[in-house]
Amino acid sequence: MDFPEALSCPLPILSHDTVQLAHGAGGKLSNEMIDKIFLPRFLNNTLEKMEDQAILDNPGGRIAFSTDTFVVDPIFFPGGDIGDLAINGTVNDIAMSGAEPKYLSVGFILEEGLPFDTLHRIVLSMEKAAKLAGIQIVAGDTKVVNRGSCDKLFINTSGFGFVPDNVHISASNLIAGDKIILSGTLADHGMAVMTTREGLSFQSTVESDTAGLNHLVKDMLNVSPEIHAMRDPTRGGLATSLNEFAGSSNVGIQLYGDTIPVKENVRGACEILGIDPLYVANEGKLVAIVPEDIADDMLAAMKNNTHGKDAVIIGEVTDKHPGVVALKTGLGANRIVDMPVGEQLPRIC
Amino acid sequence: MCLAIPGKLLEIFDENGLKMGNIDFAGSVSKACLEYVPEIEIGHYTIVHAGFALSVLNEEEAKNSFDAWDDLIDRANAEGIEMEKLERPD
Amino acid sequence: MKYLDEFRDPVIAKKILNEIHAATTQPWVIMEICGGQTHSIIRNGIDQVLPDEIELVHGPGCPVCVTPLEIIDRAIAIASRPDVIFTSFGDMLRVPGSHKDLFMVRSEGGDVRTVFSPLESLKIARENPEKEVVFFAVGFETTAPGNAMAVAQAAKEGLSNFSELVSHVLVPPAMEALLSSPANRVQGYLAAGHVCTVMGWDEYDPIAKKYQVPIVITGFEPMDVLDGILHTVKQLEAGTHEVENRYARIVEQGGNQPAQNLIKDVYEIANRKWRGIGEIPVSGFKIHSKYAAFDAELKFSVGDIHTEEPEACISGVILQGLKKPHDCPAFGKECTPQNPLGATMVSSEGACAAYYKYQRVLND
Ligand code: SF4
Repeated sequence: MDFPEALSCPLPILSHDTVQLAHGAGGKLSNEMIDKIFLPRFLNNTLEKMEDQAILDNPGGRIAFSTDTFVVDPIFFPGGDIGDLAINGTVNDIAMSGAEPKYLSVGFILEEGLPFDTLHRIVLSMEKAAKLAGIQIVAGDTKVVNRGSCDKLFINTSGFGFVPDNVHISASNLIAGDKIILSGTLADHGMAVMTTREGLSFQSTVESDTAGLNHLVKDMLNVSPEIHAMRDPTRGGLATSLNEFAGSSNVGIQLYGDTIPVKENVRGACEILGIDPLYVANEGKLVAIVPEDIADDMLAAMKNNTHGKDAVIIGEVTDKHPGVVALKTGLGANRIVDMPVGEQLPRIC
Repeated sequence: MCLAIPGKLLEIFDENGLKMGNIDFAGSVSKACLEYVPEIEIGHYTIVHAGFALSVLNEEEAKNSFDAWDDLIDRANAEGIEMEKLERPD
Repeated sequence: MKYLDEFRDPVIAKKILNEIHAATTQPWVIMEICGGQTHSIIRNGIDQVLPDEIELVHGPGCPVCVTPLEIIDRAIAIASRPDVIFTSFGDMLRVPGSHKDLFMVRSEGGDVRTVFSPLESLKIARENPEKEVVFFAVGFETTAPGNAMAVAQAAKEGLSNFSELVSHVLVPPAMEALLSSPANRVQGYLAAGHVCTVMGWDEYDPIAKKYQVPIVITGFEPMDVLDGILHTVKQLEAGTHEVENRYARIVEQGGNQPAQNLIKDVYEIANRKWRGIGEIPVSGFKIHSKYAAFDAELKFSVGDIHTEEPEACISGVILQGLKKPHDCPAFGKECTPQNPLGATMVSSEGACAAYYKYQRVLND
């Protein structure tokens, strides 16, 4: 679904072109910014009341609660920006528990001098992402810091949703025989950001995969609530998520080497920069561990959702080599896929 | 040492007096210096290391390797071992 | 990807592997000089599927591993200066100096930037005329043309705020040094395809003759590496010792002439120390005296450097093929990629890191 009317929405008329320290001081200028930039985009019944807190209904049962802070540089990258990333990131963290994400809070830290045009663009893409995910922004906060105290803007989002009673997803639930399903191609987000960084002389066609995955999760739960474990492999990539699973459940993970999908242009960028896609961040992919007997139905349901159309079974859980993720190479050898060490950097050797 | 992979030259331009080119690596396009491959033409494949094209790929020699390896497979098939031939680049 | 995927075909690779098994009748020790090949071997599990008779020894062909501690410490000292923007390939940032690495310099406020090409470093110099921009010019013959071009171009443009901290090493002298060591076990070499792309292979003929070792030039994809091993084994079994080019799609006998010319203009041959191995005569480059203005070692006096190499680290003997990483008592214990004691645990091509990452024993 697209919201062209939102994207073409012009910048409201404000008394300043750029964010001033006074915009964070709680006076007239703060109100102007809230009224013209934030409220029209995020409006709902709760936010409208403009109270110091959101008062929300509690349907009972378990709550999945998550928080994340976004500092990505550059703030605009092919396929997305820090705004939709901030919404989708927390939506996905909640959704990975099987919960339906319901409510979000948003906290902005703005650098003095940030053009309102930039802020407005980001808020528009947050609006769009929140609508797509069907989540309400019910609380917010803005601080302005001195120039140089932050880089353009940082965003924190926190949120929660309600976990269905019959769903029990946990990294410690893996058992031998389970199948590992990946919802699509790896490394799109990380490479989109890396190839746009200044200095790399790239004309990249790689686009971030940033997307909310809660509808995909819903489709999966409709097949069966028996998902054992689920993560969205962001920082540290798929290798990190799988190592965490293997460690928490004390089982081995065996990957079928050549089944892991990577888009051609992403692979091109990885090859030339010497980066392994298994370690690169994704922002619109999930990896699910499901019992073998429901794996095929789950896969079929995922393929019917746009965010899971490239889903594939990439491996299985084994009681061999507990705690270790291994990958079968084309030659039939089995190599260890370890946790990454630190930041992935372009290398020449 | 020396990560270098083949890409296809898309265009040639000048930058600060150096002959430069945009090289396509399966859809990701990276800039490289062409000063060391004066013979290169658009459409050629070249090996790029740290932003420098170092050699124009000899397509004839690449084909020779494929042919030699195809022979391996023919022999294997003759011995009754089923093997598929590899797909060649066009 | 064209000209890449065809050389990763598992069906053909297995066939070449079968040929290697058929050709091997006795034990052989083969060294792949180049860390890129080490990476490919471990990543694809080639060492796991070779005949037991064949022992692959991982050579010193990784600039991260062999750049001497003094130079790392010097880099750290220069990068810590407030007037300097220090630029480097990403590879060098995690290499431990005596007390810290370049990442730590950055966290302490140093302006340390990663670049992918030395020309990006020049761009930074153009854009920051008030700063001194230093490029950490490490590498083997393959990287030298680019690094030389940066100096030549800086001279042409009169970019007096650009300089290079050079630690360039050369492969053939190291190959000879290894072969002439009394403890040498290496019987055949896989020569580094991309080094030969620049330099050609004329330098290898005398080495092959003098030490009676086959030298097979090979590429980096699984099929290239296997093919290189096959032809080395065939020569060893037949008792021949030729230089053989199995990377003909990229490498020509004379190498890249324009590149060699510029290298000769910008750099001059020098004795170089190799981390863990020691000084090897005429085994590297330094900046030619006529480009002295671009030599960071002359530009920045950083005083005497006192290096401290951790005692436990045996990376020197590992680089010479005398021991394997798991022979090191610190391997996987005090020394891990998170907390490396030696440089060979840092680079993804370093023998210790490669073993740690891909090859701790799987109890299948
Ligand atoms: S394991 Fe660590 S300490 Fe031991 S040789 Fe390798 S780098 Fe040095």
